Amino acid sequence: MGMTMSQKILAKKAGLAHVEPGQLINADVDLVLGNDITTPVAIDELEKYGFEHVFSKTGIAIVLDHFVPNKDIKAAQLSKRCRDFAAKHGIVHFYDVGRMGIEHALLPEQGLVAPGELIVGADSHTCTYGALGAFSTGFGSTDMAAAMATGKCWFKVPAAIRFELSGKPQEWVSGKDVILHIIGMIGVDGALYQSMEFGGEGLRHLSMDDRLTMANMAIEAGGKNGVFEVDEVTRAYIQGRVNRAYEAFMPDDDAAYARVIEIDLSSIRPTVAFPHLPENTRPVDKAGDVRIDQVVIGSCTNGRIGDLAAAARLMSGKKVADSVRCIVIPGTQQIYREAIRAGYIDTFLDAGCAVSTPTCGPCLGGYMGILAEGERCVATTNRNFVGRMGHVKSEVYLASPAVAAASAIRGKIADPASI
Amino acid sequence: MKAIGTVFKYGDNIDTDVIIPARCLNITDRRELASHCMEDIDRTFVKRVHPGDLVVGGFNFGCGSSREHAPMVIKENGVSCVIAKTFARIFYRNAINIGLPILECPKASDSIQDGDEVEVDFDTGIIRNVTRGETYTAAPFPPFIKEIIDANGLLNAIRKKGQQS
Repeated sequence: MGMTMSQKILAKKAGLAHVEPGQLINADVDLVLGNDITTPVAIDELEKYGFEHVFSKTGIAIVLDHFVPNKDIKAAQLSKRCRDFAAKHGIVHFYDVGRMGIEHALLPEQGLVAPGELIVGADSHTCTYGALGAFSTGFGSTDMAAAMATGKCWFKVPAAIRFELSGKPQEWVSGKDVILHIIGMIGVDGALYQSMEFGGEGLRHLSMDDRLTMANMAIEAGGKNGVFEVDEVTRAYIQGRVNRAYEAFMPDDDAAYARVIEIDLSSIRPTVAFPHLPENTRPVDKAGDVRIDQVVIGSCTNGRIGDLAAAARLMSGKKVADSVRCIVIPGTQQIYREAIRAGYIDTFLDAGCAVSTPTCGPCLGGYMGILAEGERCVATTNRNFVGRMGHVKSEVYLASPAVAAASAIRGKIADPASI
Repeated sequence: MKAIGTVFKYGDNIDTDVIIPARCLNITDRRELASHCMEDIDRTFVKRVHPGDLVVGGFNFGCGSSREHAPMVIKENGVSCVIAKTFARIFYRNAINIGLPILECPKASDSIQDGDEVEVDFDTGIIRNVTRGETYTAAPFPPFIKEIIDANGLLNAIRKKGQQS
Protein backbone atom coordinates (compact mmCIF):
# COMPACT_ATOMS: atom_id res chain seq x y z
CA MET A 1 0.00 0.00 0.00
CA GLY A 2 1.31 3.46 -0.92
CA MET A 3 1.81 6.35 1.45
CA THR A 4 0.34 9.83 1.85
CA MET A 5 2.55 12.94 1.94
CA SER A 6 2.47 12.93 5.75
CA GLN A 7 3.39 9.25 5.96
CA LYS A 8 6.33 9.77 3.59
CA ILE A 9 7.79 12.68 5.55
CA LEU A 10 7.37 10.92 8.89
CA ALA A 11 8.87 7.67 7.54
CA LYS A 12 11.90 9.53 6.19
CA LYS A 13 12.47 11.40 9.47
CA ALA A 14 12.07 8.23 11.52
CA GLY A 15 14.56 6.41 9.28
CA LEU A 16 11.94 3.87 8.20
CA ALA A 17 11.01 2.65 4.71
CA HIS A 18 7.31 2.61 5.50
CA VAL A 19 4.96 3.77 8.24
CA GLU A 20 1.28 2.99 8.79
CA PRO A 21 -1.47 5.11 10.39
CA GLY A 22 -1.57 4.43 14.14
CA GLN A 23 2.12 3.49 14.31
CA LEU A 24 4.09 5.17 17.10
CA ILE A 25 7.43 6.52 15.93
CA ASN A 26 10.30 8.62 17.21
CA ALA A 27 11.48 11.05 14.51
CA ASP A 28 14.23 13.62 14.00
CA VAL A 29 12.87 17.17 13.77
CA ASP A 30 14.30 19.89 11.53
CA LEU A 31 13.04 22.83 13.57
CA VAL A 32 11.60 23.36 17.06
CA LEU A 33 9.56 26.54 17.58
CA GLY A 34 8.38 28.38 20.67
CA ASN A 35 6.92 31.78 21.54
CA ASP A 36 6.90 34.12 24.53
CA ILE A 37 4.04 32.25 26.23
CA THR A 38 5.04 28.63 25.68
CA THR A 39 8.85 28.84 25.77
CA PRO A 40 9.16 29.95 29.45
CA VAL A 41 7.21 26.84 30.54
CA ALA A 42 9.57 24.70 28.42
CA ILE A 43 12.62 26.41 29.99
CA ASP A 44 11.20 25.67 33.47
CA GLU A 45 10.88 21.99 32.53
CA LEU A 46 14.42 21.77 31.13
CA GLU A 47 15.80 23.31 34.30
CA LYS A 48 13.66 21.19 36.59
CA TYR A 49 14.95 17.97 35.03
CA GLY A 50 18.54 19.16 34.70
CA PHE A 51 18.93 19.34 30.92
CA GLU A 52 21.80 21.76 30.34
CA HIS A 53 22.24 21.64 26.57
CA VAL A 54 20.08 22.06 23.48
CA PHE A 55 20.43 19.73 20.49
CA SER A 56 21.23 22.50 18.01
CA LYS A 57 21.71 26.28 17.99
CA THR A 58 20.19 26.53 14.49
CA GLY A 59 17.42 23.97 14.93
CA ILE A 60 15.43 26.08 17.38
CA ALA A 61 13.41 29.22 16.66
CA ILE A 62 12.11 31.41 19.47
CA VAL A 63 9.78 34.23 18.43
CA LEU A 64 8.43 36.80 20.87
CA ASP A 65 5.05 37.66 19.36
CA HIS A 66 2.07 37.05 21.65
CA PHE A 67 2.42 39.83 24.23
CA VAL A 68 5.08 42.05 22.60
CA PRO A 69 5.92 44.90 22.66
CA ASN A 70 5.26 43.81 26.24
CA LYS A 71 1.78 44.60 27.45
CA ASP A 72 2.61 44.56 31.16
CA ILE A 73 5.27 43.63 33.70
CA LYS A 74 4.34 39.96 33.76
CA ALA A 75 4.62 39.73 29.97
CA ALA A 76 7.96 41.54 30.14
CA GLN A 77 9.21 38.90 32.58
CA LEU A 78 8.20 36.14 30.16
CA SER A 79 10.03 37.85 27.27
CA LYS A 80 13.11 38.34 29.41
CA ARG A 81 13.14 34.66 30.33
CA CYS A 82 13.14 33.75 26.60
CA ARG A 83 15.78 36.38 25.78
CA ASP A 84 18.14 35.16 28.52
CA PHE A 85 17.70 31.53 27.47
CA ALA A 86 18.38 32.37 23.79
CA ALA A 87 21.52 34.28 24.72
CA LYS A 88 22.78 31.54 27.05
CA HIS A 89 22.41 28.83 24.40
CA GLY A 90 23.34 30.96 21.38
CA ILE A 91 19.99 30.35 19.68
CA VAL A 92 20.49 31.70 16.13
CA HIS A 93 16.84 32.14 15.18
CA PHE A 94 15.74 34.32 18.08
CA TYR A 95 13.41 37.14 17.04
CA ASP A 96 12.84 40.09 19.35
CA VAL A 97 10.89 43.35 19.01
CA GLY A 98 11.91 45.31 15.91
CA ARG A 99 13.01 42.17 14.07
CA MET A 100 10.18 39.81 14.93
CA GLY A 101 6.96 38.98 13.20
CA ILE A 102 4.01 36.77 14.04
CA GLU A 103 5.78 33.41 14.14
CA HIS A 104 3.82 31.65 11.39
CA ALA A 105 4.13 34.62 9.03
CA LEU A 106 7.80 35.04 9.91
CA LEU A 107 9.30 31.54 9.58
CA PRO A 108 8.27 30.85 5.95
CA GLU A 109 9.23 34.42 4.99
CA GLN A 110 12.71 33.95 6.49
CA GLY A 111 13.26 30.66 4.67
CA LEU A 112 13.27 28.59 7.86
CA VAL A 113 10.74 26.17 6.36
CA ALA A 114 11.25 23.96 3.29
CA PRO A 115 9.26 21.17 1.63
CA GLY A 116 9.68 17.75 3.19
CA GLU A 117 10.91 19.10 6.52
CA LEU A 118 9.53 18.11 9.92
CA ILE A 119 8.70 21.11 12.07
CA VAL A 120 7.24 21.08 15.56
CA GLY A 121 6.20 24.07 17.61
CA ALA A 122 4.72 24.95 20.96
CA ASP A 123 1.91 26.83 19.27
CA SER A 124 -1.15 25.15 17.84
CA HIS A 125 -0.91 27.05 14.53
CA THR A 126 2.48 25.51 13.75
CA CYS A 127 0.49 23.47 11.22
CA THR A 128 0.77 26.53 8.92
CA TYR A 129 4.00 25.30 7.28
CA GLY A 130 2.24 22.42 5.57
CA ALA A 131 1.46 25.04 2.93
CA LEU A 132 5.05 24.52 1.73
CA GLY A 133 4.83 20.74 1.68
CA ALA A 134 6.37 20.29 5.13
CA PHE A 135 4.95 18.15 7.95
CA SER A 136 4.40 20.61 10.75
CA THR A 137 2.33 20.33 13.88
CA GLY A 138 1.72 21.99 17.23
CA PHE A 139 2.48 20.53 20.62
CA GLY A 140 2.97 21.72 24.18
CA SER A 141 5.78 23.12 26.27
CA THR A 142 6.97 19.80 27.72
CA ASP A 143 7.19 18.42 24.19
CA MET A 144 9.12 21.54 23.20
CA ALA A 145 11.53 21.00 26.09
CA ALA A 146 12.07 17.38 25.07
CA ALA A 147 12.58 18.32 21.41
CA MET A 148 15.02 21.12 22.31
CA ALA A 149 17.03 18.68 24.44
CA THR A 150 17.02 15.70 22.06
CA GLY A 151 16.10 16.93 18.54
CA LYS A 152 13.48 14.21 18.50
CA CYS A 153 9.75 13.92 19.02
CA TRP A 154 7.29 11.03 19.30
CA PHE A 155 4.38 10.85 16.87
CA LYS A 156 1.43 8.63 16.21
CA VAL A 157 1.30 8.42 12.41
CA PRO A 158 -2.01 9.98 11.37
CA ALA A 159 -4.52 8.74 8.84
CA ALA A 160 -5.35 11.37 6.21
CA ILE A 161 -8.27 13.11 4.59
CA ARG A 162 -7.53 13.99 0.96
CA PHE A 163 -9.08 17.24 -0.29
CA GLU A 164 -9.25 17.13 -4.08
CA LEU A 165 -9.52 20.75 -5.23
CA SER A 166 -10.97 21.71 -8.61
CA GLY A 167 -12.25 24.88 -10.25
CA LYS A 168 -11.25 28.50 -9.84
CA PRO A 169 -12.38 30.64 -6.90
CA GLN A 170 -14.80 33.52 -7.54
CA GLU A 171 -13.62 37.09 -7.18
CA TRP A 172 -13.11 38.03 -3.48
CA VAL A 173 -12.94 34.38 -2.46
CA SER A 174 -9.64 33.57 -0.74
CA GLY A 175 -7.98 30.69 1.08
CA LYS A 176 -9.78 31.86 4.24
CA ASP A 177 -13.18 31.32 2.65
CA VAL A 178 -12.11 27.89 1.41
CA ILE A 179 -10.89 26.69 4.80
CA LEU A 180 -13.90 28.17 6.66
CA HIS A 181 -16.14 26.40 4.13
CA ILE A 182 -14.30 23.12 4.78
CA ILE A 183 -14.48 23.49 8.59
CA GLY A 184 -18.20 24.26 8.25
CA MET A 185 -18.54 21.06 6.24
CA ILE A 186 -16.55 18.63 8.45
CA GLY A 187 -16.82 20.33 11.87
CA VAL A 188 -14.29 21.40 14.50
CA ASP A 189 -13.36 17.77 15.15
CA GLY A 190 -13.88 16.58 11.58
CA ALA A 191 -10.18 15.86 11.11
CA LEU A 192 -9.38 14.91 14.72
CA TYR A 193 -6.01 13.08 14.96
CA GLN A 194 -5.81 13.18 11.12
CA SER A 195 -3.85 14.90 8.37
CA MET A 196 -5.60 17.18 5.92
CA GLU A 197 -3.88 16.78 2.55
CA PHE A 198 -4.62 19.21 -0.26
CA GLY A 199 -4.08 18.62 -3.97
CA GLY A 200 -5.81 18.61 -7.32
CA GLU A 201 -5.94 20.86 -10.36
CA GLY A 202 -7.59 23.69 -8.42
CA LEU A 203 -4.42 24.12 -6.39
CA ARG A 204 -2.80 26.33 -9.05
CA HIS A 205 -5.42 29.02 -8.39
CA LEU A 206 -4.38 29.31 -4.73
CA SER A 207 -1.50 31.67 -3.91
CA MET A 208 1.04 30.82 -1.24
CA ASP A 209 -0.72 33.27 1.09
CA ASP A 210 -4.01 31.41 0.47
CA ARG A 211 -2.35 28.08 1.24
CA LEU A 212 -0.66 29.36 4.41
CA THR A 213 -4.08 30.55 5.63
CA MET A 214 -5.66 27.18 4.89
CA ALA A 215 -2.92 25.06 6.48
CA ASN A 216 -2.95 27.45 9.46
CA MET A 217 -6.56 26.55 10.24
CA ALA A 218 -6.21 22.75 9.91
CA ILE A 219 -6.10 22.72 13.72
CA GLU A 220 -9.56 24.37 13.80
CA ALA A 221 -10.91 21.15 12.22
CA GLY A 222 -8.99 19.16 14.85
CA GLY A 223 -6.33 18.24 12.26
CA LYS A 224 -2.84 17.16 13.27
CA ASN A 225 -1.43 18.87 10.20
CA GLY A 226 -2.48 20.31 6.86
CA VAL A 227 -0.16 19.70 3.93
CA PHE A 228 -0.17 20.85 0.31
CA GLU A 229 1.37 19.26 -2.76
CA VAL A 230 4.47 21.15 -3.90
CA ASP A 231 4.08 22.87 -7.27
CA GLU A 232 5.36 25.87 -9.24
CA VAL A 233 3.70 28.29 -6.80
CA THR A 234 5.63 26.69 -3.92
CA ARG A 235 8.91 26.70 -5.81
CA ALA A 236 8.48 30.36 -6.80
CA TYR A 237 7.85 31.24 -3.14
CA ILE A 238 10.91 29.50 -1.71
CA GLN A 239 13.19 30.72 -4.51
CA GLY A 240 15.66 33.07 -2.86
CA ARG A 241 14.43 32.18 0.64
CA VAL A 242 15.55 28.55 1.00
CA ASN A 243 19.12 27.85 -0.06
CA ARG A 244 19.48 24.31 1.32
CA ALA A 245 18.59 21.06 -0.40
CA TYR A 246 15.04 19.88 0.15
CA GLU A 247 12.83 17.03 -0.94
CA ALA A 248 9.24 17.41 -2.11
CA PHE A 249 7.09 14.37 -1.31
CA MET A 250 4.08 13.65 -3.51
CA PRO A 251 1.44 11.15 -2.37
CA ASP A 252 1.51 7.70 -3.95
CA ASP A 253 -1.30 6.96 -6.41
CA ASP A 254 -2.38 4.07 -4.20
CA ALA A 255 -2.11 5.96 -0.90
CA ALA A 256 -4.93 5.06 1.48
CA TYR A 257 -7.16 7.85 2.81
CA ALA A 258 -9.72 7.81 5.60
CA ARG A 259 -11.87 10.02 3.34
CA VAL A 260 -11.57 11.80 0.01
CA ILE A 261 -13.50 15.07 -0.19
CA GLU A 262 -13.94 16.91 -3.48
CA ILE A 263 -14.04 20.69 -3.27
CA ASP A 264 -15.15 22.78 -6.24
CA LEU A 265 -13.48 26.11 -5.50
CA SER A 266 -15.77 27.93 -7.94
CA SER A 267 -18.83 27.08 -5.82
CA ILE A 268 -17.52 28.69 -2.62
CA ARG A 269 -18.86 32.10 -1.54
CA PRO A 270 -17.16 34.55 0.83
CA THR A 271 -17.75 32.78 4.14
CA VAL A 272 -18.18 33.93 7.74
CA ALA A 273 -17.92 31.79 10.92
CA PHE A 274 -20.43 32.97 13.52
CA PRO A 275 -19.83 32.75 17.29
CA HIS A 276 -18.67 30.66 19.08
CA LEU A 277 -17.10 27.95 16.92
CA PRO A 278 -15.23 28.10 13.60
CA GLU A 279 -17.68 25.48 12.24
CA ASN A 280 -20.68 27.84 12.51
CA THR A 281 -20.21 29.07 8.95
CA ARG A 282 -22.56 30.87 6.60
CA PRO A 283 -22.03 32.35 3.16
CA VAL A 284 -21.83 36.13 3.52
CA ASP A 285 -25.08 36.34 1.52
CA LYS A 286 -26.89 34.72 4.46
CA ALA A 287 -25.15 36.67 7.24
CA GLY A 288 -28.18 38.90 7.82
CA ASP A 289 -27.94 42.31 9.47
CA VAL A 290 -25.06 41.97 11.95
CA ARG A 291 -23.91 45.38 13.25
CA ILE A 292 -20.28 45.43 14.39
CA ASP A 293 -18.06 47.52 16.69
CA GLN A 294 -14.58 46.41 15.66
CA VAL A 295 -12.64 44.87 12.79
CA VAL A 296 -9.23 43.19 13.13
CA ILE A 297 -7.19 42.52 9.99
CA GLY A 298 -4.03 40.57 10.77
CA SER A 299 -2.83 37.48 12.73
CA CYS A 300 -0.91 34.34 11.75
CA THR A 301 -3.93 33.42 9.66
CA ASN A 302 -4.30 36.60 7.58
CA GLY A 303 -1.54 39.15 8.24
CA ARG A 304 0.40 38.60 5.00
CA ILE A 305 0.93 41.01 2.14
CA GLY A 306 -1.78 39.44 -0.05
CA ASP A 307 -4.22 39.89 2.83
CA LEU A 308 -3.35 43.55 3.28
CA ALA A 309 -3.54 44.07 -0.49
CA ALA A 310 -7.09 42.70 -0.62
CA ALA A 311 -8.19 44.90 2.29
CA ALA A 312 -6.47 48.00 0.85
CA ARG A 313 -8.08 47.48 -2.55
CA LEU A 314 -11.52 47.73 -0.94
CA MET A 315 -10.64 50.56 1.44
CA SER A 316 -9.04 52.79 -1.16
CA GLY A 317 -10.90 56.11 -1.13
CA LYS A 318 -13.37 54.79 1.47
CA LYS A 319 -13.85 55.44 5.18
CA VAL A 320 -14.29 53.07 8.09
CA ALA A 321 -17.85 53.47 9.42
CA ASP A 322 -18.10 55.92 12.36
CA SER A 323 -19.29 53.17 14.68
CA VAL A 324 -16.33 50.86 13.94
CA ARG A 325 -12.72 50.67 15.18
CA CYS A 326 -10.60 49.00 12.52
CA ILE A 327 -7.20 47.63 13.59
CA VAL A 328 -4.71 46.50 10.95
CA ILE A 329 -1.67 44.43 12.00
CA PRO A 330 0.94 43.50 9.38
CA GLY A 331 2.36 40.04 10.17
CA THR A 332 6.08 40.87 10.01
CA GLN A 333 8.46 43.81 9.75
CA GLN A 334 9.03 42.93 6.07
CA ILE A 335 5.31 42.80 5.33
CA TYR A 336 4.89 46.12 7.16
CA ARG A 337 7.56 47.76 4.97
CA GLU A 338 6.13 46.20 1.81
CA ALA A 339 2.69 47.53 2.74
CA ILE A 340 4.13 51.00 3.26
CA ARG A 341 5.87 50.93 -0.13
CA ALA A 342 2.75 49.66 -1.89
CA GLY A 343 0.74 52.51 -0.34
CA TYR A 344 -1.55 50.17 1.63
CA ILE A 345 -0.68 51.75 4.96
CA ASP A 346 -1.59 55.22 3.62
CA THR A 347 -4.87 53.77 2.40
CA PHE A 348 -5.60 52.31 5.83
CA LEU A 349 -4.68 55.55 7.63
CA ASP A 350 -6.77 57.62 5.20
CA ALA A 351 -9.70 55.30 5.84
CA GLY A 352 -9.39 55.78 9.61
CA CYS A 353 -7.74 52.51 10.63
CA ALA A 354 -5.25 52.03 13.46
CA VAL A 355 -2.09 50.29 12.21
CA SER A 356 0.09 48.36 14.65
CA THR A 357 3.53 46.78 14.81
CA PRO A 358 3.31 42.95 14.44
CA THR A 359 1.71 41.18 17.43
CA CYS A 360 -0.72 38.34 18.11
CA GLY A 361 -2.36 40.76 20.62
CA PRO A 362 -6.10 40.92 19.94
CA CYS A 363 -6.52 37.46 18.35
CA LEU A 364 -6.22 35.71 21.70
CA GLY A 365 -7.64 38.53 23.80
CA GLY A 366 -4.21 39.58 25.02
CA TYR A 367 -4.29 43.31 24.31
CA MET A 368 -4.51 45.79 21.39
CA GLY A 369 -8.24 45.49 20.76
CA ILE A 370 -10.07 43.81 23.65
CA LEU A 371 -13.87 43.74 23.32
CA ALA A 372 -16.34 45.03 25.92
CA GLU A 373 -19.53 43.24 26.97
CA GLY A 374 -21.92 42.84 24.06
CA GLU A 375 -19.49 44.07 21.40
CA ARG A 376 -19.05 42.33 18.06
CA CYS A 377 -15.91 42.04 15.96
CA VAL A 378 -15.25 40.78 12.45
CA ALA A 379 -11.73 39.35 12.59
CA THR A 380 -9.44 37.68 10.08
CA THR A 381 -8.14 35.55 12.94
CA ASN A 382 -8.72 31.83 13.55
CA ARG A 383 -10.83 31.32 16.67
CA ASN A 384 -14.15 32.71 17.85
CA PHE A 385 -14.50 30.80 21.12
CA VAL A 386 -16.34 32.26 24.12
CA GLY A 387 -14.24 35.12 25.55
CA ARG A 388 -11.51 34.71 22.94
CA MET A 389 -11.11 38.44 22.21
CA GLY A 390 -12.34 39.90 25.47
CA HIS A 391 -15.55 39.89 27.49
CA VAL A 392 -17.37 36.56 27.83
CA LYS A 393 -20.41 38.22 26.27
CA SER A 394 -18.55 39.64 23.27
CA GLU A 395 -18.68 38.01 19.84
CA VAL A 396 -16.10 37.26 17.15
CA TYR A 397 -17.03 36.61 13.50
CA LEU A 398 -14.23 35.00 11.48
CA ALA A 399 -13.81 36.13 7.88
CA SER A 400 -11.35 36.94 5.09
CA PRO A 401 -9.52 40.28 4.86
CA ALA A 402 -11.87 41.29 2.02
CA VAL A 403 -15.02 40.59 4.05
CA ALA A 404 -13.44 42.28 7.07
CA ALA A 405 -12.58 45.42 5.08
CA ALA A 406 -16.03 45.55 3.48
CA SER A 407 -17.60 45.13 6.92
CA ALA A 408 -15.45 47.92 8.39
CA ILE A 409 -16.72 50.29 5.69
CA ARG A 410 -20.39 49.27 6.00
CA GLY A 411 -20.46 48.95 9.80
CA LYS A 412 -21.99 45.51 9.50
CA ILE A 413 -21.01 42.16 7.98
CA ALA A 414 -20.81 42.87 4.26
CA ASP A 415 -20.05 41.21 0.93
CA PRO A 416 -16.89 42.71 -0.65
CA ALA A 417 -18.74 42.80 -3.99
CA SER A 418 -21.15 45.37 -2.49
CA ILE A 419 -18.39 47.99 -2.07
CA MET B 1 -3.51 3.63 41.23
CA LYS B 2 -7.06 4.75 41.87
CA ALA B 3 -8.95 8.02 41.94
CA ILE B 4 -12.27 8.80 43.58
CA GLY B 5 -14.22 12.00 43.62
CA THR B 6 -17.15 14.11 42.50
CA VAL B 7 -17.70 14.79 38.80
CA PHE B 8 -17.81 18.21 37.18
CA LYS B 9 -19.57 17.62 33.87
CA TYR B 10 -19.22 19.86 30.83
CA GLY B 11 -20.26 19.58 27.18
CA ASP B 12 -18.62 19.15 23.76
CA ASN B 13 -15.70 21.22 22.41
CA ILE B 14 -14.51 22.54 25.78
CA ASP B 15 -11.70 24.72 24.41
CA THR B 16 -8.46 25.81 25.99
CA ASP B 17 -9.65 29.44 26.07
CA VAL B 18 -12.38 28.53 28.55
CA ILE B 19 -10.14 26.13 30.49
CA ILE B 20 -7.65 28.97 30.96
CA PRO B 21 -8.23 32.28 29.14
CA ALA B 22 -5.27 33.76 27.23
CA ARG B 23 -5.57 36.99 29.24
CA CYS B 24 -4.20 34.97 32.19
CA LEU B 25 -1.20 33.51 30.35
CA ASN B 26 1.14 36.20 31.62
CA ILE B 27 0.74 34.71 35.12
CA THR B 28 3.63 32.42 36.09
CA ASP B 29 2.53 31.51 39.63
CA ARG B 30 0.74 28.18 39.19
CA ARG B 31 -1.68 28.63 42.12
CA GLU B 32 -2.73 32.05 40.88
CA LEU B 33 -3.06 30.76 37.31
CA ALA B 34 -5.13 27.80 38.52
CA SER B 35 -7.59 30.14 40.29
CA HIS B 36 -8.85 31.20 36.81
CA CYS B 37 -9.54 27.65 35.58
CA MET B 38 -12.93 27.36 33.79
CA GLU B 39 -13.98 30.85 34.93
CA ASP B 40 -15.53 31.85 31.60
CA ILE B 41 -18.05 28.98 31.66
CA ASP B 42 -18.19 28.09 35.36
CA ARG B 43 -17.24 30.78 37.87
CA THR B 44 -17.77 28.43 40.81
CA PHE B 45 -15.56 25.55 39.62
CA VAL B 46 -12.42 26.55 41.51
CA LYS B 47 -14.43 27.19 44.69
CA ARG B 48 -16.23 23.84 44.58
CA VAL B 49 -13.53 21.47 43.32
CA HIS B 50 -11.74 19.20 45.81
CA PRO B 51 -8.60 17.09 45.41
CA GLY B 52 -9.52 13.83 43.68
CA ASP B 53 -12.54 15.22 41.82
CA LEU B 54 -13.02 14.41 38.15
CA VAL B 55 -13.87 16.41 35.04
CA VAL B 56 -16.04 14.79 32.37
CA GLY B 57 -16.49 16.27 28.90
CA GLY B 58 -17.98 15.27 25.56
CA PHE B 59 -16.37 15.35 22.13
CA ASN B 60 -13.10 17.19 21.34
CA PHE B 61 -12.19 18.18 24.92
CA GLY B 62 -9.30 20.67 25.04
CA CYS B 63 -9.58 21.93 21.47
CA GLY B 64 -7.82 25.13 20.43
CA SER B 65 -4.50 26.41 21.65
CA SER B 66 -1.41 24.32 22.42
CA ARG B 67 -1.10 25.97 25.83
CA GLU B 68 0.09 23.40 28.36
CA HIS B 69 -1.31 25.78 30.96
CA ALA B 70 -4.71 24.11 30.28
CA PRO B 71 -4.01 20.60 31.61
CA MET B 72 -1.64 22.24 34.14
CA VAL B 73 -4.42 24.28 35.83
CA ILE B 74 -6.80 21.33 35.84
CA LYS B 75 -4.13 19.25 37.59
CA GLU B 76 -3.20 22.12 39.92
CA ASN B 77 -6.83 22.24 41.11
CA GLY B 78 -6.46 18.65 42.28
CA VAL B 79 -8.46 17.01 39.50
CA SER B 80 -7.49 13.34 39.43
CA CYS B 81 -8.70 12.45 35.95
CA VAL B 82 -10.45 13.86 32.87
CA ILE B 83 -12.83 11.59 30.99
CA ALA B 84 -14.21 12.51 27.55
CA LYS B 85 -15.55 10.96 24.37
CA THR B 86 -12.57 12.35 22.45
CA PHE B 87 -9.74 14.76 23.21
CA ALA B 88 -8.14 17.33 20.94
CA ARG B 89 -4.74 15.87 20.10
CA ILE B 90 -2.45 18.55 21.54
CA PHE B 91 -4.36 18.55 24.84
CA TYR B 92 -4.06 14.75 24.90
CA ARG B 93 -0.26 14.90 24.43
CA ASN B 94 0.11 17.69 26.96
CA ALA B 95 -1.91 15.91 29.64
CA ILE B 96 0.17 12.76 29.30
CA ASN B 97 3.42 14.71 29.20
CA ILE B 98 2.65 16.45 32.51
CA GLY B 99 1.11 13.40 34.18
CA LEU B 100 -2.61 14.29 34.21
CA PRO B 101 -4.46 11.00 33.63
CA ILE B 102 -7.07 11.23 30.86
CA LEU B 103 -9.36 8.54 29.54
CA GLU B 104 -11.44 8.30 26.38
CA CYS B 105 -14.74 6.57 27.16
CA PRO B 106 -17.88 7.59 25.23
CA LYS B 107 -20.18 5.45 27.42
CA ALA B 108 -18.88 7.03 30.63
CA SER B 109 -19.20 10.49 29.08
CA ASP B 110 -22.84 9.82 28.15
CA SER B 111 -23.89 8.16 31.42
CA ILE B 112 -22.07 10.12 34.11
CA GLN B 113 -23.96 13.18 35.37
CA ASP B 114 -22.71 16.30 37.08
CA GLY B 115 -22.20 15.61 40.80
CA ASP B 116 -21.92 11.80 40.51
CA GLU B 117 -19.36 10.02 42.70
CA VAL B 118 -16.99 8.16 40.40
CA GLU B 119 -14.02 5.86 41.01
CA VAL B 120 -11.36 5.18 38.37
CA ASP B 121 -8.81 2.37 38.39
CA PHE B 122 -6.01 3.49 36.07
CA ASP B 123 -4.41 0.05 35.93
CA THR B 124 -7.51 -1.62 34.53
CA GLY B 125 -9.25 1.36 32.87
CA ILE B 126 -12.41 0.51 34.83
CA ILE B 127 -14.61 3.49 35.73
CA ARG B 128 -17.15 2.83 38.52
CA ASN B 129 -20.08 5.19 38.96
CA VAL B 130 -20.78 4.88 42.69
CA THR B 131 -23.89 7.11 42.53
CA ARG B 132 -25.61 5.11 39.76
CA GLY B 133 -24.11 1.68 40.38
CA GLU B 134 -22.76 1.47 36.84
CA THR B 135 -19.39 0.41 35.43
CA TYR B 136 -17.72 1.53 32.19
CA THR B 137 -14.42 0.42 30.65
CA ALA B 138 -11.95 2.75 28.96
CA ALA B 139 -9.28 1.54 26.57
CA PRO B 140 -6.00 1.19 28.47
CA PHE B 141 -3.01 3.32 27.46
CA PRO B 142 -0.70 1.83 24.82
CA PRO B 143 2.66 0.68 26.36
CA PHE B 144 4.58 3.61 24.83
CA ILE B 145 2.33 6.13 26.57
CA LYS B 146 2.11 4.10 29.78
CA GLU B 147 5.91 4.33 29.95
CA ILE B 148 5.66 8.15 30.01
CA ILE B 149 2.93 8.10 32.66
CA ASP B 150 4.79 5.57 34.81
CA ALA B 151 7.90 7.76 34.63
CA ASN B 152 5.73 10.69 35.85
CA GLY B 153 6.14 12.70 32.65
CA LEU B 154 7.99 12.86 29.36
CA LEU B 155 11.23 14.45 30.52
CA ASN B 156 11.65 11.91 33.30
CA ALA B 157 11.06 9.14 30.77
CA ILE B 158 13.79 10.60 28.53
CA ARG B 159 16.14 10.97 31.49
CA LYS B 160 15.56 7.35 32.53
CA LYS B 161 16.19 6.06 29.01
CA GLY B 162 19.29 8.21 28.63
CA GLN B 163 20.74 6.81 31.84
CA GLN B 164 20.02 3.26 30.75
CA SER B 165 21.68 3.57 27.35
